[in-house]
Amino acid sequence: MKYFRKIPLALQLVFMFVVLLIVMFVAISFGAANTTLADVWYAIWHSSDDEKTNLLREIRFPRVLAAVAVGAALAVAGAIMQGVTRNPLADPGLLGLTSGANAALAIGFVLVPNLDYSGAMLACFIGAAIGMAIVYSIGSSSKTGMSPLKLVLAGAAVSMFLQAVADGTGLLFQISKDVSMWTSGGLQGISWSAFVVMPIIIVALISSIIISRQLTILSLNEDVAVGLGQKTFVIKTMMFIIVVLLAGAAVSIVGNLAFIGLMIPHIVRGLVGADYRAIIPMSMIVGGLFMVVVDLIGRTMNAPFETPIVAIVSVLGLPFFLVLVKRGGRFFA
Amino acid sequence: MRLKINNIQVGYDDQTIVHDLSIEIPDGKITTIIGANGCGKSTLLKAITRIIPHQAGTVILDGENIQKMNTKVLARELAILPQSPESASGLLVEELVSYGRYPYQKGFGNLSQKDRDMIDWALEATSTAEFRKRPVDALSGGQRQRVWIAMALAQETDIIFLDEPTTYLDMAHQLEVLELLQQLNVKEGRTIVMVLHDLNQAARFSDYIIAMNAGHLIKAGDATEVMTNETLRDVFNIDAVIGEDPRTKKPMCITYNLLKSEERASKKSEVHDMVV
Repeated sequence: MKYFRKIPLALQLVFMFVVLLIVMFVAISFGAANTTLADVWYAIWHSSDDEKTNLLREIRFPRVLAAVAVGAALAVAGAIMQGVTRNPLADPGLLGLTSGANAALAIGFVLVPNLDYSGAMLACFIGAAIGMAIVYSIGSSSKTGMSPLKLVLAGAAVSMFLQAVADGTGLLFQISKDVSMWTSGGLQGISWSAFVVMPIIIVALISSIIISRQLTILSLNEDVAVGLGQKTFVIKTMMFIIVVLLAGAAVSIVGNLAFIGLMIPHIVRGLVGADYRAIIPMSMIVGGLFMVVVDLIGRTMNAPFETPIVAIVSVLGLPFFLVLVKRGGRFFA
Repeated sequence: MRLKINNIQVGYDDQTIVHDLSIEIPDGKITTIIGANGCGKSTLLKAITRIIPHQAGTVILDGENIQKMNTKVLARELAILPQSPESASGLLVEELVSYGRYPYQKGFGNLSQKDRDMIDWALEATSTAEFRKRPVDALSGGQRQRVWIAMALAQETDIIFLDEPTTYLDMAHQLEVLELLQQLNVKEGRTIVMVLHDLNQAARFSDYIIAMNAGHLIKAGDATEVMTNETLRDVFNIDAVIGEDPRTKKPMCITYNLLKSEERASKKSEVHDMVV
């Protein structure tokens, strides 16, 4: 880890990106139907009617690319939330964003029975924004101000409530199946049609890189940020929008998934330090990498059955969370 | 005088903390604000540096109202080091100090040669260059405070504000920080404005002292004018014995007692009469 930090950032990023590409390549080749690396290579460059190529192009490619996008989006959303709130426990799944998106999605299905991808996405954005707003207003409402633990407690309570709204709505209107297809937290059945959200994720990720310097300043101390001449209200509003877009888009693809936004930025800090100019781009790559690997494990561990990735992420995430709490917010102490 | 505060009123919600206070900050001097806990000295400092808004009155820098100035332009004129900034960061010393160049940067914030020179100079001036590659939170309290001061220096401003820069430091490190500030003032002609708790340190290092009580200005002047039994009674409700520091020849509070409550009460009303 120490040696890794001595390498210039650009090289670190290139190195990790190459690792990501290799892992993606391998992940595409694994699955219920037997395919080889050569098949994958062929399918990247050729579209043909043979079964293998079609399977790779229509099922595996979108699935692995979606995994990268979701992992990157959740990791960056978590990193930004941790920076803005100076709260090491912030995560879109823990602070009400994903459950808010779920609830909004359920309500969306009730109001518009044939909700398409764009509609679902919009519902997710609105729900994520509302969920986050509720958690933050509860977490900061008491006189002693906002503390990391208070926020997490508010997040847990609000998440449960919003999840109940989602489940209740599903049961009441007998659309549980539709809703759970979206929110079960998996990448099964992802097709290219899910990629309507990609432009939003890409724009939000690029914005997060541009804004990363501001995030470091804000993460030091709000008064320091003002003193250095930052328009903190404008910057915080932009960050809020980026987080909502990333988390909402991620939910619209993969459903409920906590802990990724929590874990990845902390692992990345161990690699590149505390400057968000390094943390943000590295979180994208490592988040994507993590998600591809988890999805691969989910697909292959008990093939031909899929092991839910929520279960795998939680098995890793919960101990991580506990260690983080015990060490006062530092994973690499 | 570049910096003038006119009839400023500051508060949160319905609570007024600084009442109708006017003062001018002398250029190229060390000015210290003193007063009891909760008297509004930090609040005043924050209002002057636009960290919190003020409800009435104006803060004028070079004839311009700071509330109407571009905040980044203002950041090239005055730097502020808040009270014990969270050490939250695993940032390296040089990374943190480089963020002092923020007001001069655009876009991605690539450092120019000038930026690098200023950062190097700031690290040298605060004797922190030797640990520039270390994480800030791996340093001792005194070192850390010097690094934060280096960041403020990298901001290249004529005026530097510091909110209790010696808090949580031991005696030796307190002096180290204050002597550093004194050097900056003497060698570089920087205007320093700070809040201090220790009266004797304030008397020893300041050219100008602003004494506050309950959000009102009680007395402003040099150490001999402010360090009097009468002023300290009005400011801290103490009965102080003022002597002379045998080394620096500055006035110092040798010992003090708390005033009894009835004396206090009468004093308080007098204070209010005075300012009203």
